[in-house]
Amino acid sequence: MIPVIARSIARSGVKKVAGPRERAGDRVFQAALCAAAMSVVALALALACRLSIDSRLLWKAMGPGFLWGTTWDPVAEVFGALPFIFGTLVTSALALLIAVPLGIGAAVFLSEMAPRRVAAVCGFLIELLAAVPSVIIGLMGIFVLVPVVRSVEPFLISTLGRLPLFSGFPYGVGMLSAGLVLAMMVLPYITTITREVLMTVPSSLKEGALALGATRWETVHTVSLPYARSAVVGAVFLALGRALGETMAVTMVIGNTPKISASLLDPGYSMAAVIANEFAEATSDAYVHALIGIGLVLFVLTLLINGCARWMILRLARPAGAR
Amino acid sequence: MRFPDYARRKQVDRFATALSAACAFFALAALFAILGYIASKGAAAVNWDFLTQLPKPVGEIGGGIANSIVGTAKIVGLAALLGGPIGILGGIYLSEYASSRTAFWVRYAADALNGVPSIVMGIFAYSIIVLPLKRFSGLAGSIALGVILIPIVLRNTEEFMRLVPRSVREGALALGIPRWKCVLRVALPTAAPGVLTGLLLGISRIAGETAPLIFTAFGNRFWDQGMLHPMASLPLTIYTYAISPYEDWHRQAWAGAFILLMFVLTANILARLLMRRPTGGHS
Repeated sequence: MIPVIARSIARSGVKKVAGPRERAGDRVFQAALCAAAMSVVALALALACRLSIDSRLLWKAMGPGFLWGTTWDPVAEVFGALPFIFGTLVTSALALLIAVPLGIGAAVFLSEMAPRRVAAVCGFLIELLAAVPSVIIGLMGIFVLVPVVRSVEPFLISTLGRLPLFSGFPYGVGMLSAGLVLAMMVLPYITTITREVLMTVPSSLKEGALALGATRWETVHTVSLPYARSAVVGAVFLALGRALGETMAVTMVIGNTPKISASLLDPGYSMAAVIANEFAEATSDAYVHALIGIGLVLFVLTLLINGCARWMILRLARPAGAR
Repeated sequence: MRFPDYARRKQVDRFATALSAACAFFALAALFAILGYIASKGAAAVNWDFLTQLPKPVGEIGGGIANSIVGTAKIVGLAALLGGPIGILGGIYLSEYASSRTAFWVRYAADALNGVPSIVMGIFAYSIIVLPLKRFSGLAGSIALGVILIPIVLRNTEEFMRLVPRSVREGALALGIPRWKCVLRVALPTAAPGVLTGLLLGISRIAGETAPLIFTAFGNRFWDQGMLHPMASLPLTIYTYAISPYEDWHRQAWAGAFILLMFVLTANILARLLMRRPTGGHS
């Protein structure tokens, strides 16, 4: 056996197994690859540093009170980010409220109920929905969704108007429209990730349940979903990370008014939207630093949420006994 | 043997199946609503002038978005040239060389970057390019989009390089080929369809990004004067036109959206067809 390999090496024209030139090639190649990989780490660090450095005037002037100040007055250089934080959190929560049940339902259908071919085609199409650029969703939002919402809102006000959540005027643009648009954008994420997660549930477990006489739905809700629970929560968190940072579609329908209102019908503002709208026009250094400060808050928030999400999804990858 | 509540359980099962199918149907309906609406409103507004002319002055009817299309091609092209190689090389490093500790940190950084909202990347490009040059520029837009592209390509490349069987690499190494040649000539070609798919998906994603371009590339109503000057781009033009008060600009926004959507969807479908080909087709 060994002579055969030796002969084939000899025939392939390689004289020494690794001459000095090849070893130098190896070293250069590995160094180039390593540099590329390390530049990713460097980029992440540089991003965090730049955001902190370029918002220093804000932290010096406002301190942490920036986070709960409610006045946003760039002319007087008073910067309070609470209206934006509020808008971002409310619209994201609304989006999840709508998209999570729909997404999990769709994922259950695709991974457990549907025939394989149907599931493949539907899964592909839902991934295409995720690829639609957000500015196009926003365009649909302005010209299709907002008029619809505006025509439905009087009905909401007349029936549920006694709740502060649905009081006010039917503007069309506002938190409700932004939440709906966001729901549309995170729905494919939740569906795709949950579907992938559900497909990792060992089929022996599902078959066990089916063999015991469980119907398919009983298998899903007593075996598959509990098994994948932590990863499904992870998928929801990933979607939340997306929703928090989504800019264009929200900017186009939220109404861009920095105020805090209990009503979903009122216009609001989000962190990403205020950066998008005001950054290019920010005149003073303090103003620019305040907007970058909002960017830093957004950065830290998404970092935390995505960290949680990955941890929860990874927990599923470990053997069940280790959990 | 029949269980007493068997009929009821079956009914519940049927109900749940129908409900979950309805959820999936809803998502599909959303997609088709978008496609149908954009196609009907947009395709009607697209014509030859629209594709080849500059925007008319504000208030005049007509004109096109040729500069935006060219600008997007330039910005995205440069972003792909900057981000693509770094992503692919980094991904190869992760799968072929990295010790688990290094790999952990690189992966961690890539995932962190991947989750950062695109508008924050815009701020980053603003502070490292626009501030020192004191000018909005297409280059700054390319940097912002390139940084978004890197982690997408990197994680995808790593994933597909890992799928290359060990035996393939060992076979090459046993023949006395140096490791770098083994990676470049044997492992990478085997994983190439997957790697290219990831690159194409990443490019289609950054081509639709608007937020990071607002205060980097900034936009331009004329032909740009090079990468170091403000530059128009298709998503940004759609945004500007959509929030404007002019009826004719709205029409052009739909037409622009149609073109952008066609590009993004074509790239997506192409990418997935590419991956359908059995890996290792390179023999």
